[in-house]
Amino acid sequence: MSGPKFPPQPNDPSSSTPQSSDPAETSQAKERPAAKGITRRGFLKGAGVAAAGTALLEGAQVFTREAAAATRREHDGVKEFGPGAVPVALQVNGKEYTLQIEPRTTLADALRVHMGLTGTKVVCDRGPCSGCTVLMDDMPVNSCMTLAMDAIGHRVTTIEGLQSEGELHPVQAAFVKHDAMQCGFCTPGMVMTCSALLKKNSHPTEDDVRQATAGNLCRCGTYPRIFAATLEAAGVSGKESIRNA
Amino acid sequence: MNPFVFADCTTESGALAQLSQNAKDGIVVKAGGVDLLDRMKEGLESPTKLVNIRNISSLRGIRETPEGLHIGPLTTLAEISEHPLIQSQYTIFSDACGNAATPHIRNMATLGGNLLQENRCWYFRSKDYQCLRKGKEICFAFGGLNQYHSIMDYGSCPAVAPSSAAVGLLGLNATVELTSAKRGKRVVGIKELYVLPEANPTKFNVVEPDELLTAVMIPKPAAGTRSAYQKYGEKQSFDWAIADAGVVLEMDGNTCRRAVVTMGAASPVVRRSPQAEAALAGKPITEETARAAGKASMEGAQPLSMNAYKVQMFPVAIYRTVLLAAGQMGRDPRAAG
Repeated sequence: MSGPKFPPQPNDPSSSTPQSSDPAETSQAKERPAAKGITRRGFLKGAGVAAAGTALLEGAQVFTREAAAATRREHDGVKEFGPGAVPVALQVNGKEYTLQIEPRTTLADALRVHMGLTGTKVVCDRGPCSGCTVLMDDMPVNSCMTLAMDAIGHRVTTIEGLQSEGELHPVQAAFVKHDAMQCGFCTPGMVMTCSALLKKNSHPTEDDVRQATAGNLCRCGTYPRIFAATLEAAGVSGKESIRNA
Repeated sequence: MNPFVFADCTTESGALAQLSQNAKDGIVVKAGGVDLLDRMKEGLESPTKLVNIRNISSLRGIRETPEGLHIGPLTTLAEISEHPLIQSQYTIFSDACGNAATPHIRNMATLGGNLLQENRCWYFRSKDYQCLRKGKEICFAFGGLNQYHSIMDYGSCPAVAPSSAAVGLLGLNATVELTSAKRGKRVVGIKELYVLPEANPTKFNVVEPDELLTAVMIPKPAAGTRSAYQKYGEKQSFDWAIADAGVVLEMDGNTCRRAVVTMGAASPVVRRSPQAEAALAGKPITEETARAAGKASMEGAQPLSMNAYKVQMFPVAIYRTVLLAAGQMGRDPRAAG
Protein backbone atom coordinates (compact mmCIF):
# COMPACT_ATOMS: atom_id res chain seq x y z
CA MET A 1 0.00 0.00 0.00
CA SER A 2 3.00 2.38 0.29
CA GLY A 3 4.73 2.08 -3.08
CA PRO A 4 6.33 5.04 -4.81
CA LYS A 5 3.56 5.71 -7.36
CA PHE A 6 0.69 5.03 -4.96
CA PRO A 7 -2.11 5.96 -5.06
CA PRO A 8 -2.39 6.31 -8.81
CA GLN A 9 -4.02 9.45 -10.12
CA PRO A 10 -7.57 9.08 -11.45
CA ASN A 11 -6.44 10.34 -14.84
CA ASP A 12 -3.48 7.99 -15.01
CA PRO A 13 -4.35 5.60 -17.83
CA SER A 14 -2.42 2.82 -16.11
CA SER A 15 -4.78 2.87 -13.14
CA SER A 16 -7.67 1.48 -15.13
CA THR A 17 -5.67 -1.38 -16.63
CA PRO A 18 -3.13 -2.31 -14.00
CA GLN A 19 -2.74 -5.91 -15.11
CA SER A 20 -1.71 -5.24 -18.69
CA SER A 21 0.41 -2.19 -18.01
CA ASP A 22 2.54 -3.77 -15.31
CA PRO A 23 4.91 -6.39 -16.72
CA ALA A 24 5.84 -7.48 -13.20
CA GLU A 25 2.26 -8.68 -12.84
CA THR A 26 2.86 -11.55 -15.22
CA SER A 27 6.57 -12.14 -15.57
CA GLN A 28 8.13 -11.35 -12.20
CA ALA A 29 5.46 -12.33 -9.80
CA LYS A 30 7.88 -13.79 -7.24
CA GLU A 31 9.90 -10.62 -6.76
CA ARG A 32 7.01 -8.25 -6.83
CA PRO A 33 5.62 -8.12 -3.26
CA ALA A 34 8.95 -7.90 -1.48
CA ALA A 35 10.63 -5.55 -3.94
CA LYS A 36 7.88 -2.96 -4.27
CA GLY A 37 5.72 -3.48 -1.19
CA ILE A 38 2.71 -3.42 -3.49
CA THR A 39 0.25 -6.23 -3.87
CA ARG A 40 -1.99 -6.68 -6.85
CA ARG A 41 -5.06 -6.38 -4.66
CA GLY A 42 -3.73 -3.32 -2.86
CA PHE A 43 -3.04 -1.68 -6.18
CA LEU A 44 -6.52 -2.42 -7.52
CA LYS A 45 -8.15 -1.25 -4.31
CA GLY A 46 -6.19 2.00 -4.39
CA ALA A 47 -7.16 2.59 -7.99
CA GLY A 48 -10.79 1.91 -7.15
CA VAL A 49 -10.82 4.29 -4.17
CA ALA A 50 -9.24 7.09 -6.19
CA ALA A 51 -11.69 6.67 -9.05
CA ALA A 52 -14.69 6.39 -6.78
CA GLY A 53 -13.86 9.48 -4.74
CA THR A 54 -16.63 11.65 -6.10
CA ALA A 55 -19.10 8.81 -6.30
CA LEU A 56 -18.70 8.24 -2.55
CA LEU A 57 -19.78 11.79 -1.75
CA GLU A 58 -22.98 11.35 -3.74
CA GLY A 59 -23.43 7.88 -2.30
CA ALA A 60 -23.47 9.20 1.26
CA GLN A 61 -26.67 11.15 0.60
CA VAL A 62 -28.35 8.16 -1.06
CA PHE A 63 -27.44 6.03 1.91
CA THR A 64 -29.09 8.40 4.40
CA ARG A 65 -32.30 8.54 2.39
CA GLU A 66 -32.52 4.81 2.02
CA ALA A 67 -31.65 4.18 5.64
CA ALA A 68 -34.75 6.13 6.65
CA ALA A 69 -36.90 3.88 4.48
CA ALA A 70 -35.20 0.83 5.91
CA THR A 71 -36.43 1.29 9.47
CA ARG A 72 -37.28 -2.10 10.86
CA ARG A 73 -40.97 -2.90 11.04
CA GLU A 74 -42.24 -5.71 13.21
CA HIS A 75 -45.68 -7.30 13.37
CA ASP A 76 -47.31 -10.76 13.54
CA GLY A 77 -44.03 -12.50 14.32
CA VAL A 78 -42.57 -11.07 11.11
CA LYS A 79 -39.64 -8.67 11.01
CA GLU A 80 -39.26 -6.56 7.89
CA PHE A 81 -35.93 -5.22 6.70
CA GLY A 82 -34.97 -2.96 3.82
CA PRO A 83 -35.05 -2.33 0.93
CA GLY A 84 -32.30 0.11 2.02
CA ALA A 85 -29.27 -0.75 4.12
CA VAL A 86 -29.97 -2.19 7.55
CA PRO A 87 -27.63 -3.08 10.42
CA VAL A 88 -26.70 -6.76 10.28
CA ALA A 89 -24.48 -8.60 12.75
CA LEU A 90 -22.55 -11.58 11.41
CA GLN A 91 -20.28 -14.04 13.22
CA VAL A 92 -17.34 -14.61 10.90
CA ASN A 93 -14.18 -16.50 11.88
CA GLY A 94 -15.00 -16.07 15.54
CA LYS A 95 -15.43 -12.30 15.35
CA GLU A 96 -18.63 -10.31 15.29
CA TYR A 97 -18.97 -7.84 12.41
CA THR A 98 -21.73 -5.25 12.32
CA LEU A 99 -22.46 -4.16 8.78
CA GLN A 100 -24.84 -1.73 7.10
CA ILE A 101 -26.04 -3.73 4.12
CA GLU A 102 -29.10 -4.03 1.92
CA PRO A 103 -31.06 -7.29 2.31
CA ARG A 104 -30.20 -8.17 -1.29
CA THR A 105 -26.50 -8.47 -0.39
CA THR A 106 -25.22 -12.00 -0.81
CA LEU A 107 -22.99 -13.53 1.83
CA ALA A 108 -20.16 -13.55 -0.72
CA ASP A 109 -20.50 -9.80 -1.27
CA ALA A 110 -20.81 -9.10 2.44
CA LEU A 111 -17.56 -10.98 3.03
CA ARG A 112 -15.60 -9.58 0.11
CA VAL A 113 -16.91 -6.04 -0.27
CA HIS A 114 -18.10 -5.12 3.21
CA MET A 115 -15.64 -7.03 5.43
CA GLY A 116 -12.66 -7.08 3.08
CA LEU A 117 -12.33 -10.86 3.41
CA THR A 118 -11.39 -11.40 -0.21
CA GLY A 119 -10.05 -14.92 0.25
CA THR A 120 -13.50 -16.19 -0.72
CA LYS A 121 -13.69 -16.13 -4.51
CA VAL A 122 -16.79 -15.55 -6.60
CA VAL A 123 -16.50 -17.45 -9.86
CA CYS A 124 -19.77 -18.47 -11.53
CA ASP A 125 -22.06 -16.53 -9.14
CA ARG A 126 -24.86 -19.11 -9.71
CA GLY A 127 -23.95 -22.18 -7.65
CA PRO A 128 -22.54 -24.79 -10.00
CA CYS A 129 -18.82 -24.20 -9.36
CA SER A 130 -18.66 -23.92 -5.53
CA GLY A 131 -15.65 -21.60 -5.83
CA CYS A 132 -17.24 -19.36 -3.19
CA THR A 133 -17.63 -22.12 -0.59
CA VAL A 134 -17.70 -21.02 3.05
CA LEU A 135 -18.84 -22.93 6.10
CA MET A 136 -22.05 -22.10 7.93
CA ASP A 137 -21.95 -24.00 11.24
CA ASP A 138 -19.38 -26.38 9.68
CA MET A 139 -21.63 -27.05 6.67
CA PRO A 140 -20.22 -26.06 3.26
CA VAL A 141 -22.50 -23.71 1.33
CA ASN A 142 -22.21 -21.50 -1.74
CA SER A 143 -21.87 -17.97 -0.38
CA CYS A 144 -22.91 -16.51 -3.75
CA MET A 145 -26.33 -18.14 -3.50
CA THR A 146 -26.84 -17.34 0.18
CA LEU A 147 -28.18 -13.98 1.30
CA ALA A 148 -26.17 -12.40 4.10
CA MET A 149 -29.49 -12.17 5.98
CA ASP A 150 -29.59 -15.98 6.01
CA ALA A 151 -26.20 -16.14 7.73
CA ILE A 152 -27.44 -14.20 10.77
CA GLY A 153 -27.14 -16.38 13.86
CA HIS A 154 -24.82 -18.89 12.19
CA ARG A 155 -21.08 -19.33 12.61
CA VAL A 156 -19.46 -18.46 9.29
CA THR A 157 -15.94 -19.69 8.56
CA THR A 158 -13.98 -18.48 5.54
CA ILE A 159 -10.53 -19.45 4.28
CA GLU A 160 -9.11 -16.62 6.41
CA GLY A 161 -10.44 -18.28 9.55
CA LEU A 162 -9.12 -21.78 8.92
CA GLN A 163 -5.61 -21.34 10.34
CA SER A 164 -5.17 -21.18 14.08
CA GLU A 165 -2.48 -19.11 15.82
CA GLY A 166 -0.47 -18.71 12.65
CA GLU A 167 -0.46 -22.44 11.90
CA LEU A 168 -1.96 -23.57 8.62
CA HIS A 169 -4.91 -25.94 8.83
CA PRO A 170 -3.75 -29.51 8.00
CA VAL A 171 -5.67 -29.37 4.70
CA GLN A 172 -3.98 -26.08 3.79
CA ALA A 173 -0.54 -27.49 4.64
CA ALA A 174 -1.23 -30.63 2.61
CA PHE A 175 -2.38 -28.53 -0.37
CA VAL A 176 0.95 -26.66 -0.23
CA LYS A 177 2.94 -29.89 0.09
CA HIS A 178 1.15 -31.57 -2.83
CA ASP A 179 1.07 -28.40 -4.95
CA ALA A 180 -2.66 -29.01 -5.20
CA MET A 181 -3.41 -25.93 -7.26
CA GLN A 182 -2.62 -24.35 -10.58
CA CYS A 183 -4.42 -21.06 -11.21
CA GLY A 184 -5.62 -21.13 -7.61
CA PHE A 185 -9.09 -19.74 -8.18
CA CYS A 186 -10.93 -22.84 -6.98
CA THR A 187 -8.49 -23.38 -4.10
CA PRO A 188 -10.21 -21.49 -1.24
CA GLY A 189 -13.48 -23.29 -2.04
CA MET A 190 -11.74 -26.64 -2.36
CA VAL A 191 -9.91 -26.20 0.95
CA MET A 192 -13.12 -25.22 2.74
CA THR A 193 -14.99 -28.21 1.29
CA CYS A 194 -12.20 -30.65 2.17
CA SER A 195 -11.77 -29.27 5.68
CA ALA A 196 -15.54 -29.60 6.25
CA LEU A 197 -15.36 -33.21 5.08
CA LEU A 198 -12.58 -34.02 7.55
CA LYS A 199 -14.53 -32.43 10.37
CA LYS A 200 -17.51 -34.65 9.56
CA ASN A 201 -15.54 -37.77 8.62
CA SER A 202 -12.00 -37.96 9.96
CA HIS A 203 -11.13 -41.11 7.98
CA PRO A 204 -12.57 -40.59 4.50
CA THR A 205 -11.96 -42.85 1.54
CA GLU A 206 -10.91 -41.42 -1.79
CA ASP A 207 -14.49 -41.89 -2.93
CA ASP A 208 -15.72 -39.80 0.02
CA VAL A 209 -13.39 -36.98 -1.06
CA ARG A 210 -14.63 -37.25 -4.64
CA GLN A 211 -18.23 -37.12 -3.45
CA ALA A 212 -17.60 -34.15 -1.14
CA THR A 213 -15.90 -32.14 -3.88
CA ALA A 214 -18.39 -33.19 -6.59
CA GLY A 215 -19.61 -29.60 -6.80
CA ASN A 216 -16.19 -27.91 -6.74
CA LEU A 217 -15.01 -27.30 -10.27
CA CYS A 218 -11.27 -27.08 -10.99
CA ARG A 219 -10.84 -26.16 -14.61
CA CYS A 220 -7.07 -26.73 -14.42
CA GLY A 221 -7.80 -30.36 -13.55
CA THR A 222 -5.76 -30.62 -10.35
CA TYR A 223 -8.15 -33.14 -8.80
CA PRO A 224 -5.64 -35.99 -8.17
CA ARG A 225 -3.47 -33.70 -6.06
CA ILE A 226 -6.48 -32.30 -4.24
CA PHE A 227 -7.59 -35.84 -3.36
CA ALA A 228 -4.05 -36.79 -2.32
CA ALA A 229 -3.65 -33.69 -0.15
CA THR A 230 -6.99 -34.25 1.57
CA LEU A 231 -6.30 -37.91 2.24
CA GLU A 232 -2.89 -37.07 3.62
CA ALA A 233 -4.34 -34.39 5.88
CA ALA A 234 -6.66 -37.07 7.22
CA GLY A 235 -3.78 -39.51 7.63
CA VAL A 236 -5.39 -41.92 5.19
CA SER A 237 -3.56 -43.46 2.28
CA GLY A 238 -5.24 -43.41 -1.10
CA LYS A 239 -4.62 -45.40 -4.25
CA GLU A 240 -1.05 -45.56 -5.57
CA SER A 241 -1.79 -43.12 -8.39
CA ILE A 242 -3.30 -40.64 -5.96
CA ARG A 243 -0.55 -41.01 -3.33
CA ASN A 244 2.11 -40.13 -5.87
CA ALA A 245 0.22 -37.15 -7.25
CA MET B 1 -30.57 -8.22 -8.08
CA ASN B 2 -33.10 -5.51 -7.43
CA PRO B 3 -33.57 -4.13 -3.88
CA PHE B 4 -36.40 -5.71 -1.92
CA VAL B 5 -38.02 -5.82 1.49
CA PHE B 6 -36.94 -8.89 3.42
CA ALA B 7 -39.80 -10.13 5.58
CA ASP B 8 -38.27 -12.63 7.97
CA CYS B 9 -40.99 -14.96 9.31
CA THR B 10 -40.70 -17.23 12.32
CA THR B 11 -44.24 -18.60 12.31
CA GLU B 12 -46.41 -20.25 9.68
CA SER B 13 -49.31 -17.90 10.45
CA GLY B 14 -47.06 -14.86 10.07
CA ALA B 15 -45.90 -16.03 6.64
CA LEU B 16 -49.45 -16.86 5.52
CA ALA B 17 -50.61 -13.40 6.63
CA GLN B 18 -47.88 -11.87 4.48
CA LEU B 19 -49.10 -13.85 1.48
CA SER B 20 -52.76 -13.00 1.99
CA GLN B 21 -52.19 -9.25 1.84
CA ASN B 22 -54.15 -7.49 -0.88
CA ALA B 23 -51.15 -6.28 -2.85
CA LYS B 24 -49.77 -9.69 -3.73
CA ASP B 25 -47.88 -8.49 -6.78
CA GLY B 26 -44.16 -8.64 -6.33
CA ILE B 27 -44.34 -10.81 -3.19
CA VAL B 28 -42.33 -14.01 -3.48
CA VAL B 29 -41.77 -16.82 -1.00
CA LYS B 30 -38.13 -17.64 -0.27
CA ALA B 31 -37.01 -20.87 1.35
CA GLY B 32 -33.45 -22.05 0.54
CA GLY B 33 -33.31 -19.36 -2.13
CA VAL B 34 -31.30 -21.39 -4.63
CA ASP B 35 -33.73 -21.18 -7.55
CA LEU B 36 -35.12 -17.78 -6.57
CA LEU B 37 -31.73 -16.04 -6.35
CA ASP B 38 -30.80 -17.54 -9.70
CA ARG B 39 -33.95 -16.15 -11.33
CA MET B 40 -33.40 -12.76 -9.71
CA LYS B 41 -29.75 -12.60 -10.79
CA GLU B 42 -30.82 -13.47 -14.33
CA GLY B 43 -33.29 -10.60 -14.27
CA LEU B 44 -36.29 -12.91 -14.70
CA GLU B 45 -37.90 -11.75 -11.50
CA SER B 46 -37.76 -8.48 -9.58
CA PRO B 47 -39.87 -8.98 -6.46
CA THR B 48 -40.54 -6.05 -4.14
CA LYS B 49 -40.74 -8.32 -1.11
CA LEU B 50 -39.23 -11.65 -0.16
CA VAL B 51 -41.24 -13.58 2.41
CA ASN B 52 -38.48 -15.59 4.07
CA ILE B 53 -39.88 -18.84 5.45
CA ARG B 54 -36.47 -20.42 6.04
CA ASN B 55 -36.54 -19.70 9.79
CA ILE B 56 -39.94 -21.30 10.47
CA SER B 57 -38.79 -24.29 12.52
CA SER B 58 -42.21 -26.01 12.45
CA LEU B 59 -41.82 -26.51 8.69
CA ARG B 60 -38.62 -28.47 9.05
CA GLY B 61 -37.86 -32.08 9.89
CA ILE B 62 -38.67 -35.70 9.10
CA ARG B 63 -41.23 -37.47 11.26
CA GLU B 64 -42.34 -41.09 11.17
CA THR B 65 -46.12 -41.47 11.55
CA PRO B 66 -48.36 -44.56 11.63
CA GLU B 67 -49.22 -43.82 7.99
CA GLY B 68 -45.67 -43.33 6.79
CA LEU B 69 -43.51 -40.21 6.67
CA HIS B 70 -44.35 -36.57 7.31
CA ILE B 71 -41.66 -34.26 5.95
CA GLY B 72 -41.45 -30.54 6.54
CA PRO B 73 -40.91 -28.67 3.26
CA LEU B 74 -37.86 -26.85 4.64
CA THR B 75 -35.99 -30.11 5.16
CA THR B 76 -32.95 -29.91 2.92
CA LEU B 77 -32.15 -32.37 0.15
CA ALA B 78 -28.97 -33.30 2.06
CA GLU B 79 -30.95 -34.12 5.22
CA ILE B 80 -33.32 -36.34 3.22
CA SER B 81 -30.58 -38.17 1.35
CA GLU B 82 -28.66 -38.89 4.57
CA HIS B 83 -31.67 -40.09 6.57
CA PRO B 84 -31.21 -43.81 7.44
CA LEU B 85 -34.92 -44.68 7.36
CA ILE B 86 -35.46 -42.97 4.00
CA GLN B 87 -32.34 -44.63 2.62
CA SER B 88 -33.52 -48.09 3.64
CA GLN B 89 -37.28 -47.96 3.04
CA TYR B 90 -37.78 -45.08 0.62
CA THR B 91 -34.61 -45.52 -1.42
CA ILE B 92 -36.08 -44.03 -4.60
CA PHE B 93 -36.66 -40.78 -2.69
CA SER B 94 -33.32 -40.57 -0.88
CA ASP B 95 -31.43 -41.24 -4.10
CA ALA B 96 -33.51 -38.76 -6.08
CA CYS B 97 -32.67 -36.05 -3.52
CA GLY B 98 -29.06 -37.18 -3.10
CA ASN B 99 -28.24 -36.90 -6.80
CA ALA B 100 -29.65 -33.43 -7.43
CA ALA B 101 -27.27 -30.51 -8.10
CA THR B 102 -24.11 -30.47 -5.92
CA PRO B 103 -23.42 -31.33 -2.27
CA HIS B 104 -23.30 -27.64 -1.33
CA ILE B 105 -26.57 -26.83 -3.07
CA ARG B 106 -28.19 -29.83 -1.40
CA ASN B 107 -27.15 -28.32 1.95
CA MET B 108 -29.21 -25.19 1.19
CA ALA B 109 -31.93 -26.39 -1.17
CA THR B 110 -35.18 -27.42 0.47
CA LEU B 111 -37.62 -30.15 -0.54
CA GLY B 112 -40.41 -27.59 -1.06
CA GLY B 113 -38.18 -25.41 -3.17
CA ASN B 114 -37.07 -28.36 -5.27
CA LEU B 115 -40.69 -29.35 -5.94
CA LEU B 116 -41.78 -25.81 -6.82
CA GLN B 117 -38.71 -24.62 -8.75
CA GLU B 118 -39.28 -23.18 -12.19
CA ASN B 119 -38.41 -25.13 -15.31
CA ARG B 120 -34.91 -24.98 -16.74
CA CYS B 121 -35.61 -24.44 -20.43
CA TRP B 122 -32.85 -22.11 -21.60
CA TYR B 123 -35.32 -19.96 -23.51
CA PHE B 124 -37.48 -19.55 -20.42
CA ARG B 125 -34.38 -18.86 -18.31
CA SER B 126 -33.16 -16.07 -20.60
CA LYS B 127 -34.75 -12.68 -20.14
CA ASP B 128 -34.14 -12.01 -23.83
CA TYR B 129 -36.71 -14.61 -24.92
CA GLN B 130 -40.33 -13.68 -24.40
CA CYS B 131 -41.73 -17.18 -24.70
CA LEU B 132 -45.08 -18.89 -24.36
CA ARG B 133 -44.36 -19.74 -20.74
CA LYS B 134 -43.98 -16.02 -20.00
CA GLY B 135 -47.42 -15.36 -21.45
CA LYS B 136 -46.30 -14.49 -24.98
CA GLU B 137 -47.04 -16.12 -28.33
CA ILE B 138 -44.09 -18.31 -29.28
CA CYS B 139 -42.24 -21.33 -27.92
CA PHE B 140 -38.69 -21.03 -29.23
CA ALA B 141 -37.72 -24.61 -28.38
CA PHE B 142 -39.74 -26.30 -31.14
CA GLY B 143 -37.80 -24.62 -33.92
CA GLY B 144 -34.65 -23.96 -31.90
CA LEU B 145 -32.20 -25.86 -29.71
CA ASN B 146 -34.19 -28.62 -28.07
CA GLN B 147 -31.74 -31.40 -27.23
CA TYR B 148 -32.66 -31.35 -23.53
CA HIS B 149 -36.40 -30.98 -23.99
CA SER B 150 -39.38 -33.32 -23.72
CA ILE B 151 -40.12 -36.33 -25.84
CA MET B 152 -43.64 -36.96 -24.50
CA ASP B 153 -46.86 -35.19 -23.43
CA TYR B 154 -45.47 -31.76 -24.23
CA GLY B 155 -48.33 -30.00 -25.99
CA SER B 156 -47.35 -26.37 -26.47
CA CYS B 157 -44.21 -26.18 -24.26
CA PRO B 158 -41.64 -29.00 -24.23
CA ALA B 159 -39.57 -27.80 -21.21
CA VAL B 160 -38.92 -30.81 -18.97
CA ALA B 161 -39.95 -31.22 -15.34
CA PRO B 162 -36.96 -29.99 -13.32
CA SER B 163 -37.58 -31.66 -9.94
CA SER B 164 -35.86 -34.98 -9.36
CA ALA B 165 -37.35 -35.20 -5.85
CA ALA B 166 -40.75 -35.35 -7.57
CA VAL B 167 -39.63 -38.41 -9.56
CA GLY B 168 -39.06 -40.18 -6.25
CA LEU B 169 -42.22 -38.89 -4.59
CA LEU B 170 -44.45 -39.83 -7.53
CA GLY B 171 -43.13 -43.38 -7.33
CA LEU B 172 -44.12 -43.52 -3.65
CA ASN B 173 -47.58 -42.03 -4.23
CA ALA B 174 -46.82 -39.03 -2.01
CA THR B 175 -49.08 -36.05 -1.38
CA VAL B 176 -48.40 -32.45 -0.40
CA GLU B 177 -50.34 -30.19 1.92
CA LEU B 178 -51.05 -26.64 0.71
CA THR B 179 -52.17 -24.06 3.26
CA SER B 180 -53.86 -20.69 2.78
CA ALA B 181 -54.80 -18.23 5.52
CA LYS B 182 -58.30 -17.80 4.06
CA ARG B 183 -59.17 -21.23 2.71
CA GLY B 184 -57.31 -23.49 5.10
CA LYS B 185 -55.54 -26.67 4.08
CA ARG B 186 -55.89 -28.91 1.05
CA VAL B 187 -54.02 -32.05 0.07
CA VAL B 188 -52.99 -32.77 -3.52
CA GLY B 189 -51.06 -35.65 -5.05
CA ILE B 190 -47.64 -35.09 -6.60
CA LYS B 191 -49.07 -35.62 -10.08
CA GLU B 192 -51.88 -33.13 -9.46
CA LEU B 193 -49.37 -30.57 -8.09
CA TYR B 194 -48.16 -29.81 -11.60
CA VAL B 195 -49.96 -28.24 -14.55
CA LEU B 196 -49.46 -29.48 -18.10
CA PRO B 197 -48.68 -26.68 -20.57
CA GLU B 198 -51.85 -27.21 -22.61
CA ALA B 199 -53.92 -26.61 -19.48
CA ASN B 200 -52.09 -23.34 -18.80
CA PRO B 201 -48.70 -22.54 -20.32
CA THR B 202 -47.89 -19.83 -17.75
CA LYS B 203 -48.74 -21.81 -14.63
CA PHE B 204 -46.26 -24.44 -13.60
CA ASN B 205 -48.03 -25.78 -10.52
CA VAL B 206 -51.41 -25.44 -8.76
CA VAL B 207 -50.05 -23.51 -5.76
CA GLU B 208 -51.99 -20.23 -5.46
CA PRO B 209 -50.16 -16.96 -4.64
CA ASP B 210 -51.56 -16.99 -1.08
CA GLU B 211 -50.70 -20.65 -0.46
CA LEU B 212 -47.71 -22.24 1.20
CA LEU B 213 -46.55 -25.82 0.75
CA THR B 214 -46.60 -26.90 4.40
CA ALA B 215 -45.96 -30.67 4.36
CA VAL B 216 -45.06 -33.65 2.20
CA MET B 217 -46.60 -36.99 3.18
CA ILE B 218 -45.37 -40.38 1.97
CA PRO B 219 -47.47 -43.48 2.69
CA LYS B 220 -45.67 -46.44 4.22
CA PRO B 221 -44.57 -48.82 1.46
CA ALA B 222 -46.26 -52.23 1.32
CA ALA B 223 -44.35 -55.24 2.63
CA GLY B 224 -41.73 -56.51 0.19
CA THR B 225 -41.24 -53.11 -1.48
CA ARG B 226 -37.86 -52.32 -3.02
CA SER B 227 -37.06 -49.15 -4.92
CA ALA B 228 -34.30 -47.34 -6.77
CA TYR B 229 -33.59 -44.15 -8.69
CA GLN B 230 -30.87 -43.36 -11.21
CA LYS B 231 -30.11 -40.21 -13.10
CA TYR B 232 -28.21 -39.84 -16.34
CA GLY B 233 -26.73 -36.53 -17.42
CA GLU B 234 -23.90 -35.13 -19.48
CA LYS B 235 -21.89 -34.36 -16.36
CA GLN B 236 -21.49 -36.32 -13.15
CA SER B 237 -22.38 -33.42 -10.91
CA PHE B 238 -24.37 -30.21 -11.15
CA ASP B 239 -26.26 -31.09 -14.24
CA TRP B 240 -29.88 -31.61 -14.97
CA ALA B 241 -30.90 -35.11 -15.86
CA ILE B 242 -31.32 -35.89 -19.52
CA ALA B 243 -32.98 -39.11 -18.46
CA ASP B 244 -33.85 -40.15 -14.93
CA ALA B 245 -35.86 -43.10 -13.77
CA GLY B 246 -37.47 -44.21 -10.54
CA VAL B 247 -38.67 -47.76 -9.94
CA VAL B 248 -40.73 -49.15 -7.07
CA LEU B 249 -41.30 -52.91 -6.99
CA GLU B 250 -43.69 -54.70 -4.63
CA MET B 251 -42.24 -58.19 -4.57
CA ASP B 252 -43.75 -61.55 -3.66
CA GLY B 253 -40.68 -63.71 -3.52
CA ASN B 254 -39.22 -63.33 -6.98
CA THR B 255 -42.48 -62.22 -8.57
CA CYS B 256 -43.34 -58.57 -8.94
CA ARG B 257 -46.82 -58.00 -7.52
CA ARG B 258 -47.00 -54.36 -8.56
CA ALA B 259 -44.54 -51.97 -10.18
CA VAL B 260 -44.35 -48.18 -10.42
CA VAL B 261 -42.03 -46.67 -13.01
CA THR B 262 -41.52 -42.90 -13.01
CA MET B 263 -39.64 -40.72 -15.47
CA GLY B 264 -38.21 -37.26 -14.90
CA ALA B 265 -36.75 -35.52 -17.91
CA ALA B 266 -39.16 -36.95 -20.47
CA SER B 267 -42.09 -34.56 -20.25
CA PRO B 268 -43.16 -31.18 -18.81
CA VAL B 269 -44.44 -32.84 -15.64
CA VAL B 270 -43.15 -35.96 -13.89
CA ARG B 271 -44.94 -39.00 -15.28
CA ARG B 272 -45.50 -42.66 -14.64
CA SER B 273 -45.21 -45.16 -17.44
CA PRO B 274 -48.25 -47.46 -17.29
CA GLN B 275 -46.81 -49.49 -20.19
CA ALA B 276 -43.55 -50.18 -18.35
CA GLU B 277 -45.45 -51.01 -15.17
CA ALA B 278 -47.68 -53.48 -17.05
CA ALA B 279 -44.60 -55.15 -18.47
CA LEU B 280 -43.39 -55.94 -14.93
CA ALA B 281 -46.57 -56.63 -12.94
CA GLY B 282 -47.18 -60.31 -12.19
CA LYS B 283 -43.83 -61.39 -13.65
CA PRO B 284 -40.48 -62.33 -12.17
CA ILE B 285 -37.84 -59.61 -12.43
CA THR B 286 -35.25 -60.78 -14.93
CA GLU B 287 -33.03 -59.07 -17.46
CA GLU B 288 -35.66 -59.88 -20.05
CA THR B 289 -38.63 -58.36 -18.20
CA ALA B 290 -36.54 -55.34 -17.22
CA ARG B 291 -35.62 -54.75 -20.86
CA ALA B 292 -39.24 -55.18 -21.90
CA ALA B 293 -40.29 -52.55 -19.36
CA GLY B 294 -37.69 -50.11 -20.67
CA LYS B 295 -38.81 -50.65 -24.23
CA ALA B 296 -42.50 -50.30 -23.36
CA SER B 297 -41.85 -46.95 -21.65
CA MET B 298 -41.20 -45.25 -24.98
CA GLU B 299 -44.58 -46.07 -26.48
CA GLY B 300 -45.99 -42.86 -27.89
CA ALA B 301 -42.72 -40.93 -27.71
CA GLN B 302 -42.51 -38.06 -30.18
CA PRO B 303 -38.99 -36.67 -30.04
CA LEU B 304 -38.22 -33.17 -31.28
CA SER B 305 -35.63 -32.31 -33.93
CA MET B 306 -32.60 -32.75 -31.62
CA ASN B 307 -33.55 -35.16 -28.84
CA ALA B 308 -34.27 -38.53 -30.45
CA TYR B 309 -31.31 -39.88 -28.46
CA LYS B 310 -33.50 -39.73 -25.34
CA VAL B 311 -35.76 -42.40 -26.84
CA GLN B 312 -32.78 -44.74 -26.60
CA MET B 313 -31.64 -43.50 -23.18
CA PHE B 314 -34.84 -43.97 -21.20
CA PRO B 315 -35.22 -47.70 -21.94
CA VAL B 316 -31.64 -48.26 -20.74
CA ALA B 317 -32.12 -46.07 -17.65
CA ILE B 318 -35.32 -47.93 -16.75
CA TYR B 319 -33.84 -51.38 -17.47
CA ARG B 320 -30.84 -50.72 -15.21
CA THR B 321 -32.93 -49.11 -12.48
CA VAL B 322 -35.42 -52.03 -12.43
CA LEU B 323 -32.51 -54.44 -11.90
CA LEU B 324 -30.97 -52.13 -9.29
CA ALA B 325 -34.28 -52.00 -7.40
CA ALA B 326 -34.53 -55.80 -7.57
CA GLY B 327 -31.01 -56.14 -6.20
CA GLN B 328 -29.81 -57.85 -9.37
CA MET B 329 -27.42 -55.12 -10.51
CA GLY B 330 -25.22 -52.62 -8.69
CA ARG B 331 -25.51 -48.85 -9.04
CA ASP B 332 -24.43 -47.88 -12.54
CA PRO B 333 -21.01 -46.17 -12.24
CA ARG B 334 -21.91 -44.11 -15.31
CA ALA B 335 -25.01 -42.69 -13.67
CA ALA B 336 -24.70 -39.11 -12.44
CA GLY B 337 -24.47 -38.06 -8.81
